[in-house]
Order: sequence, then C-alpha cells, then structure tokens
Amino acid sequence: MDLNIQSLGHYYSDLEILRNINLDVPAGQIVAVIGPSGCGKSTLLRMIGGLEQPTSGAVLQVGETPNDSLNPLTYIFQDFALLPWRSVAGNISLVLEDHKLGSAEVDEIIENVLSRTKLGDFRDAFPHQLSGGMKQRVAIARALAVRPAVLLMDEPLSALDSQTHDLLMDDLIDLWMREKFTSVYVTHNLSEAVHLGHKVVVMSRRPGMITEVVDIDLALDTRKDHPELLIEYQQHLWNIMRDEVRAAELELVDG
Amino acid sequence: MDKTPGTSRPVRFRGGGFAPRPLGLVGALVFITIIILWELGSRTGVISALVLPAPSEAYVAFEELVRSGLLWKHLSASLQRLIIGWSSGALLGVLVGVAIALFSFARAGLVPLVSAIFPVPKIALLPLFIIWFGIGEGAKVATILFGTFFPTVIATYSGIDNLDRSLVRMGQSFGLSWFSIVRKIILPGALPAILSGFRISAAVAIILLVAAEMIGAEFGVGAYILMAGSLMATDQLIAGVAMLSCMGLTVAWLISRAEKYLLRWRR
Repeated sequence: MDLNIQSLGHYYSDLEILRNINLDVPAGQIVAVIGPSGCGKSTLLRMIGGLEQPTSGAVLQVGETPNDSLNPLTYIFQDFALLPWRSVAGNISLVLEDHKLGSAEVDEIIENVLSRTKLGDFRDAFPHQLSGGMKQRVAIARALAVRPAVLLMDEPLSALDSQTHDLLMDDLIDLWMREKFTSVYVTHNLSEAVHLGHKVVVMSRRPGMITEVVDIDLALDTRKDHPELLIEYQQHLWNIMRDEVRAAELELVDG
Repeated sequence: MDKTPGTSRPVRFRGGGFAPRPLGLVGALVFITIIILWELGSRTGVISALVLPAPSEAYVAFEELVRSGLLWKHLSASLQRLIIGWSSGALLGVLVGVAIALFSFARAGLVPLVSAIFPVPKIALLPLFIIWFGIGEGAKVATILFGTFFPTVIATYSGIDNLDRSLVRMGQSFGLSWFSIVRKIILPGALPAILSGFRISAAVAIILLVAAEMIGAEFGVGAYILMAGSLMATDQLIAGVAMLSCMGLTVAWLISRAEKYLLRWRR
C-alpha cells in the first residue's frame, strides 16, 4: 500500500499551518520529514493517520491494504503513550482486544513481537520499571502487533538519551532490513533523517511547505560504512534548513 | 578545612524533605496519649465530670450497649444506610462525572447545576426528602446519596480532565472502540482522582448519616447520640462519637487498601 498526499493545506482558525503539501510515500520505503519546530510536521503526520482532518486536500491510500493487517496506519509516539496501569504484555494486548482474536492467538502475537523487539524477559513489567529506551521498544512491539502497513513515527527517538538513541536507531534499521516496512518518520534530528530515510522531505517554517525532497540512494544497512557521505547529506540538508530554523526561532510560539 | 582555613568548607546541605515516610505507630501513639491524659485529668479532678466524662466511663456505657444487644441494632441500621446511600451516590456520581467529562452538552448543562446544588447543605433538604421519599429509610438514604453524589461528580470529571490526552489519541490511533477507550484508558486514568473523591464523599456520608438519623430514626448511631444528648448522658454521647470515629477510621483504611491494590502500578 502506498500513500499519496494531495495538495494538503491546513488552518487553525486564521493561522495557516500547512500549505500545498504533495508527497508520495511508496511501499517499503522510509520517508523522513524534517523541518524547524512548529513547521507542522507532526500535524501532517496526524493527518496522514486520520487523527486530524486537513482543511483542504486529502491523504489517499493507493492499492489494497494487506488482508492480515489489523491497523494499517499505526503510530509510534515520541512520549511512548504506554498505559502505566498495564504491564508490557497488557499494553500490547490492549490494541488486540478489540479484534476478536482468540486468547491463544493474542498470546502468540504478544510472544512473537516481544521476541522480535528483544523484550521477552519483560513481559510482566510495568512501564515505570522500564527505561526510556525499553518503553519505546514496548511501543514498537505494540505497533508491530497489529501488523501495520505503514508505521507513522513522530520523533520516536527524541525522548531518549544519546546512547539509547543510537542503539534504538540501529534496531530500527535492523527491523527495516528484515521487514521492509513502509514509514513516515518525522524528526528534527538530521542524523536520524539521513540514517533512516530513503528520502528526506525538508519543510519550511510556518506555514509548512515542502522546500525540497532529497533522495538518499544508499542501502540502509550500508550507511554506517559511509559516514562521509552521510555527513555530506546532512550538511546539504542543514544548508537548506538553516535560515528557516533561525527565522522560526525568532517567532513567538503562539504566533 | 585545616589546610586552607577560611577558604574551604563543606557545601551546606539544602535538599531533602518534602517526602513524608509512613510511620504507622505514631498515629496510634497520639490516640493513646490523648486518652491517657484525658483519663488522668478526669481522675485527678482537673477535668470535671460534668464537663467531660472520663474515657473509662464512656467505655462502661459502651459495654452496657453491647450487653443490652442494642449495639448491633444501632450499628446495623447505620451501616445499612451508609452503604446503600454512599454506594449509590458514588456510582451515580461517577456516571454523571464521566458524562460531564466526555459530552459537551452534559458539561454545559450540568456543571452549573452541580455548582448550584453542591454547596447546599443536604440536611436542609431533609424535610423535602421526607415528603418525597417517606419518613422511613428513603429520606435518610436520599440525604446520604445526594451528599456523596456531588463531590464524586467533581472528582470524576476533573480527574478525567487532567488525564493525559496523548493516551486517548493513542487509543484512537489503534482503532479502539469508543467504549474500549472509556473503559480501558479514561476510567483507569481517572481512578486516582475518583478514589480521592471517595475519601471525601465517605466522610461526608458519615456526617450526613448522623444528621439524618437525628431526625426521626429509632435506631442508628445518630439516634443513639441524640438520645444520649437529650438525657445529658455524656458518657453515652462520647461512646457514640467514638463509634463514629471508628467508622471513619475503618472507611479510610478500606480506601487506603483499595488504593494500594488498584493503584499498584504507580511508583
């Protein structure tokens, strides 16, 4: 399943947030979206997943959604959004309980996603017992449990310390190498964008528009071996963004 | 310090505090000390028997109550009113609180009504309740019900208002049904606030229980206290008040247990 975003625009009352966004998200690719804070990239992501309605334009699903997918458009949030009163397994079963699966099947899915995210020993732990990195792993396991067609990731690594950040980024790369999932990956971190994005979409400050789309033609698992190329890409992206970021910094947050 | 006098000294500690530890025995010790001092005061004549009877006299009155078999009659009448009134008031309060938190129409319509009726002492309405629900159990239960309903409504909807919206958004993003979101995300999230509301409403319930029983009840702790008061039997009065305190302590203990169990996911 591909996603196709067509001339999408959005206003919050009189304030223009997004203007004329056109974007393709082809199946099996990670599309990284970067931009200065307040450029509307998270708003865009909420619209892609149907959590918010754009003022104009549309987000189209192109092609059949896979039959076995329980929740084709699935989010991974920056703040993990785990229920503190449910254990790791309980948080995962939460998103399966509305689907009329047998309890044996639910158990099997939980077992499966926990082993894929190396969480097997933490099945019964509560979120407050886990570190930030482990919590985000649980959130990833929960997302995988519904067999998504597209993963919508909203700064998934931004709340983590830098070592955990790097480890989890490697995990995401491994995961993509195994499963070739489709994803829209919103971040303000250029290094994440060049490590994970098959293409990187650069947005301007408010009203958010697409300034440039940069394709990175390097297999994800070989990128670590070409740090100089990545730095070049990163520098290029920063050159596009720098003035926008500076101008955005000077704006009042509430406009 | 000695090597470079005047130039080096330990940093003054200014952290700590703001974290009360549980000290189970202290509470009991306070009670025991007060009772012992009171007893000593009565025996030595510092406290006149006319002003306040000694704890031992109140205990004798209590023993008499047990021996006559009336204790159970009073207590069971009171507990029955308390349990029926409080649990129906709390249940309705949670339902209405959830409705106010989730539906704009309910919020717009009911919040002003709650604000208007909450401060009215429900005991002032007792004569009306007697006309509506009869002089028997109905009016007493209704008084307790109304008294516990309003604090529960407010605790519930403000608990839901303070809930982390990102959890609700997460539920929606996984396609959970509306009912699932309410049952599995909103209610457990508001549970800490609802339980502290229960603490308040339970105390309110005991206050109203006694007040209601003072008007036209044959049995009940409130009726017992009223009777003791009109006979100037202060020893019985103190025994009755002590029973109320024990009720309060028991309820507080039960709610603590419930909190410990239901909120064990908190750090």
